[in-house]
Amino acid sequence: MNTLYDLFKARAEIASAEVHRFPDQGEALEFVLGLLREQGVAEGPQPGAVWAGRRLLEAPGVSFDVTREAAAGAKVGISEMDWALADTGTLVQDATAVEQRLVSTLPPIHVALVGTGQLLPDLAAMLDRIDPGKAGFIAMITGPSRTADIERVLTIGVHGPHRLVVVFVDQPERGNA
Amino acid sequence: MKTAFKESIHAAVNNANLTGALGRFSEAYRVNRAKAYEGIDFEALRERIKAVKSSAAGQQEALCEAFKRNAEAKGAKVFRTADPAAVKAYILALAKEKGVKRVVKSKSMASEEIHLNKALEEAGIQVNETDLGEWIIQLAHQTPSHMVMPAIHMTKEEVTEIFNTEVESGQAPDIPKLVKFARAKLRPMFLGADMGISGANIAVAETGSLVIVTNEGNARLVTSLPRIHVAIVGIEKLVEHFKDIQPILQALPRSATAQLLTSYVSIITGQVPNTDGSPKELHIILMDNHRSDMAKDPKFKQALQCIRCASCLNVCPVFRLVGGHVFGKVYTGGIGTILTAWFDELKKSDDIQALCIQCGNCKEVCPGKIDIPELILELRRRLAVEQGQPLVQKAIFSVVNNRRLFHGMLRMAWLTQKPFKQGKFIRHLPMFLSDLTDFRSLPAIAEVPFRDQIKQIRQPKGKEKVAFYSGCLIDFSYPEMGEALVKVLNKAGIEVVFPDKQTCCGAPARYSGAYEVAAQNAQDNIDALLEEDVKYVVSACPTCTVALKQDFIGTFESLGMTDRLEKAQKLAAKAIDFSTLVKQLVDEKRLTFKEGKDLGAFTYHDSCHLKRTLKASEAPRELMRQAGYQLTEMAECDMCCGMGGSYSLKLPEISAPILERKLQNIKATHAPLTVMDCPGCVMQIRGGFDKEGAAIQVEHTAQRLVDRLE
Repeated sequence: MNTLYDLFKARAEIASAEVHRFPDQGEALEFVLGLLREQGVAEGPQPGAVWAGRRLLEAPGVSFDVTREAAAGAKVGISEMDWALADTGTLVQDATAVEQRLVSTLPPIHVALVGTGQLLPDLAAMLDRIDPGKAGFIAMITGPSRTADIERVLTIGVHGPHRLVVVFVDQPERGNA
Repeated sequence: MKTAFKESIHAAVNNANLTGALGRFSEAYRVNRAKAYEGIDFEALRERIKAVKSSAAGQQEALCEAFKRNAEAKGAKVFRTADPAAVKAYILALAKEKGVKRVVKSKSMASEEIHLNKALEEAGIQVNETDLGEWIIQLAHQTPSHMVMPAIHMTKEEVTEIFNTEVESGQAPDIPKLVKFARAKLRPMFLGADMGISGANIAVAETGSLVIVTNEGNARLVTSLPRIHVAIVGIEKLVEHFKDIQPILQALPRSATAQLLTSYVSIITGQVPNTDGSPKELHIILMDNHRSDMAKDPKFKQALQCIRCASCLNVCPVFRLVGGHVFGKVYTGGIGTILTAWFDELKKSDDIQALCIQCGNCKEVCPGKIDIPELILELRRRLAVEQGQPLVQKAIFSVVNNRRLFHGMLRMAWLTQKPFKQGKFIRHLPMFLSDLTDFRSLPAIAEVPFRDQIKQIRQPKGKEKVAFYSGCLIDFSYPEMGEALVKVLNKAGIEVVFPDKQTCCGAPARYSGAYEVAAQNAQDNIDALLEEDVKYVVSACPTCTVALKQDFIGTFESLGMTDRLEKAQKLAAKAIDFSTLVKQLVDEKRLTFKEGKDLGAFTYHDSCHLKRTLKASEAPRELMRQAGYQLTEMAECDMCCGMGGSYSLKLPEISAPILERKLQNIKATHAPLTVMDCPGCVMQIRGGFDKEGAAIQVEHTAQRLVDRLE
């Protein structure tokens, strides 16, 4: 798993993602909390962060009620990913629920939590495990939003997030137990 | 060639912004692409893509039906049509029925192909392209100049000017700020749109899935925020199985932008929830527009293997000079020429097909393994059949096809060139011929052609004989190359015979689409070269070698002259290029180099046909090293020199800047000697240096080896 993680980190960083790894969920959530504080998500009149999926963390400024307005107004979107593909540094998620897409697309920062055990070597391994008959919207994310449409100059953050923060958790369930 | 077309070329090659941007991009692309493919067996990968796409092209009807069935089972509505007008009518009717006022689009070449935006705007619907490049050209009222990078022809200053006049004044030419501005302006468009229109990079028949690849994230918003999603999909995007998407997703980003994967890949299957919880309306339009005609054409079916990565544009020496707009309004570059001929009409490709110099770069990098140069030749052939050849060309070929008259006229030319000749060069030609010597001197025609000179060479009368196929340039302009070849082979105890009835290899005719002329040339040469029983037929011109090895067969096959194939194949098996044969003789120790001597540095220019068709790039380098020279590689050593046979006569305005770049790359090595295996490249490069007055020697490999062999 360490080899896959190292490869993922190297490849994702080439794609301008930030990659972190923690032994358990508690530490990972501490890190997320720190990032939320740093972004001042509790300071505005509206929640500064939107979180799609399981309520892993209650904190001021974090809303689990993901509407398009809330997501469009938030600084940070948080979600959990189903897989991570090492050889391209890619995150994969069944994003059929629209909330999953809103939090990973509209806010300028996307924090993506994923279990280290969910690392797969590559796309082929993922295609064997996912069924498009069940997942209506399979989202694959590799680094933040980017363009080079003006003079071929790479610019990060066009329509999607300008920061993608990937948080690996070795033992995702311990924090819950 | 139409005047307006010539003028568009002239404007493009003189647009420093355009050629600068494209030139820098193509240089970086080459390096970055190679890096993106590190550790991947590209040949195996493209075989898989070819298999997947070609199988799909062979069962289009069944796949369309399967896709429709499976997507509709998941709640999508699928509309199949052959007619671009019906696509527009469907979308307009849908918009009217659902009260759509505002549309956001992510990039779709299929929608460009049918000029959808115009139809929507005329119906009073606001349309916003959301891919940054597409948005810029929409604001500028232009068309995309590149399939992947639509606005690559524009500078940041031009973009700023467009934003200032079309959106909001006060913008500065600072790229990150311009991008931020676009984000801020387009965000409300996404949130307020009633309909999102996208294309698809792949459509999977067995699951009814659409695969959409983007970097900016706009396609995710287009397919998530508006309550209606319409996807326009050309039926060549269909693949049979879900697992078929893997090789395409592996190659597309690497070939398109040298990325391992784009930032976003979305796989959409059926209806997904809207933000208000309702199921999103999903309409998928499967558009034919002559794609099924292509699938039925035995030659052009392979063009459906295209995955629209545009790598054929990125490596094209002509595209990087003229950009996309010279090619037309929608699909550009090599594959674009072919698609234009089919999706629009054959005669629309009349001018643009002539832009292809047949260097073969695109064929080498195409992840769909499409023989783009061959298909462009086939367009040329069909155009020549349909419209006839230009008169001047016809007159020339009637001469070329008459061997005695042709050779007689070349000898006559030696007399008429006298007023223009300075030593071994013709440096100026009068009047309408002046373009030909503007940027490079032409070689003078030799007083005694090689076919007569060889009779004076005393050769070993041995048991082993090799026939020499000289080609026109060596025979009439560079007999010294022929002499060197004969002397080299003599040193291995081989007698070189010169079959007198050999004539032009037919490449000029074939590359002009005049296949009947080429077939006659082929037949004359086959008869001449098979007359005597020889082990090899050697040539010191790669284009001629390719003619002997492949093109004679290809021409006969194209014309259905199957009865001539057996002899053509017999000749093909004997044909060999000079360096490969000599390397073989050296390896067999039948030729040995003289004792070591440091002869200084040289750089090697790979001729297109030698490198990419005959795959002989190492042999000449190795021979030169063994002869005592040190190799200094130049940048882009295998990029075309701009000669392209008669290309440099037809399009000197493109040939000249391609040559200019080659000369610069050679000079940057500081090597005093440039070596190559093609007399055509020697003519172009030596002529270029002569015009500049540069003291760099340009020679055929044979000339440098002859004195170094025992």
